[in-house]
Amino acid sequence: MKGRFVRLAEQGRPTVNLIVDGAPIEALQGDTLMVALLTQGNALRQSEFDTGRRAGFCLMGACQDCWVWTRSGERLRACSNEVRDGLDIVTTQPEATWPLHG
Amino acid sequence: MATARVVIVGAGPAGVRCAETLLAAGIKPILIDENRRDGGQIYRRQPQGFTRDYTTLYGSEAAKARDLHESFDRLRGAIDYRPDTLVWNLTPGQLCCASQGRHSTVDYDALILCTGATDRLMPIEGWQLAGTYSLGGAQIALKNQAVSIGHRVVFMGSGPLLYLVASQYVKAGAEVAAVLDTSPLSLRLKALPKLLARPGLLFTGIKLLAQLYRARVAVHLGIKPLQVMGDAANGVGGVRFTAGNGRTVTVQADAVALGYHLRPETQLGDLAGCTMAFDQASSQWWLATDDAGRTSVKGVYAAGDGSKIRGADAAEHAGRLVALALLEDLQQPVDAGLRDEQQQALAVMDQFRLGLAQAFPWPSEQAKALPDSAIVCRCEMISAGELRRTVNEKGACEVNRAKAFSRVGMGRCQGRYCSQAGAEVIAAEAGVPVQEVGRQRGQAPVKPLSMLTEEVSS
Repeated sequence: MKGRFVRLAEQGRPTVNLIVDGAPIEALQGDTLMVALLTQGNALRQSEFDTGRRAGFCLMGACQDCWVWTRSGERLRACSNEVRDGLDIVTTQPEATWPLHG
Repeated sequence: MATARVVIVGAGPAGVRCAETLLAAGIKPILIDENRRDGGQIYRRQPQGFTRDYTTLYGSEAAKARDLHESFDRLRGAIDYRPDTLVWNLTPGQLCCASQGRHSTVDYDALILCTGATDRLMPIEGWQLAGTYSLGGAQIALKNQAVSIGHRVVFMGSGPLLYLVASQYVKAGAEVAAVLDTSPLSLRLKALPKLLARPGLLFTGIKLLAQLYRARVAVHLGIKPLQVMGDAANGVGGVRFTAGNGRTVTVQADAVALGYHLRPETQLGDLAGCTMAFDQASSQWWLATDDAGRTSVKGVYAAGDGSKIRGADAAEHAGRLVALALLEDLQQPVDAGLRDEQQQALAVMDQFRLGLAQAFPWPSEQAKALPDSAIVCRCEMISAGELRRTVNEKGACEVNRAKAFSRVGMGRCQGRYCSQAGAEVIAAEAGVPVQEVGRQRGQAPVKPLSMLTEEVSS
């Protein structure tokens, strides 16, 4: 899948291996989870209130539109958490499913 | 009272200069910051291992960024610096903090809020589509991560940041599809006398625009945004707008950076009970302070964009000035020359701020023109029509009441990106000036907390 974000510089960093929704992906050291996911895909998560996909909005920890989860259920803001080797991320909300709005 | 417990919230330009000034007077503050590294948003530092130099990262502001970072590096060991820590609530004399899943409290005698700002947003049909980012967010992507938010990016909105970020994208090699400014050229010309208060900065702005024209980027002034086009599965596909000449224009793009200058993060001051004031020039509420940064609550101070949007340079001056005000209140000796210097610099910046507000006005009329189907609350997908119905059918002409009925402002961003536009929609529907519909009250926790947060003793 085409990535949403485009790397423009700083591409000589060491690689980091993590798992996203069960599949291994490669990112660069210092990447936020958001950059790791969006350089390889076009969204981070499913909106709880409509059929839309979401890919974050503010990148400064204010909008809360970039939530992802660790396999153990810890919620992370993808814009403000960096990748680590072995991190196991899921992009669907583990706690509950919500009826769509409208 | 040299042992007063002084806590600064925010390690951007205001917070760092405040800490520096206090330390020079022998007071060792606690500096709490939500970010992992100092610098705030504007002078945000790139992660370790990144190698771009200051000029590449901060352009014309490189020297200021370096100076602020170096000042902080000198301070760091001498103050009680607590990064990666969110102040999520406060009671008189005590802050509630969360850091890495742990809750703790911090007592204070004096509190200085340097909480900064976020982008100020006006909704547009389709802005909930993946690939729409705030203008500040687009800048962080580039500055902090060396990425572009898309393969082909439209910059839309108004204000100096629009041109700054677009030109930074061009310089970094990103494809900029268009720069679309809702403000017409005529307003910029009218604002010239005020903007000339800072000729250097005005010149920087003109240079940015020239760079965009030289790079053959399409720049449209006086546009009316119509729609972010695209679909739920793939996100943004382009932007449709009415050009200054009245024609409808479509631009293909897979990303949009959207923003209308900034709004202050006032929640903590609000929770502390500080009086808020409506600023006519920018048409928004902020913390009421005296010229030095004293709020209406004794012992609570504010500086930088978190109290009054004047930009990073003013934040540095205001940070020093608020520290001097606190020293004065603690009956400590104060360097009158240093104080006068800050006040004089801020007077010039106030003048420039009024010029910016005139040149790049908040587009309140767009709220009135929003189609009923347009989403106002991105968090919970609540439309302008639903919000208007709470005004018409339930008579909710006050922001907090309309929030209770419609949930606009109740989602996970807690109104940061919808409540100002929501207030405009309500005011337009009720036929009253926007300051009469009130403002959304700050609520604790000021950002969502995990239920797993553990209590630790302080």
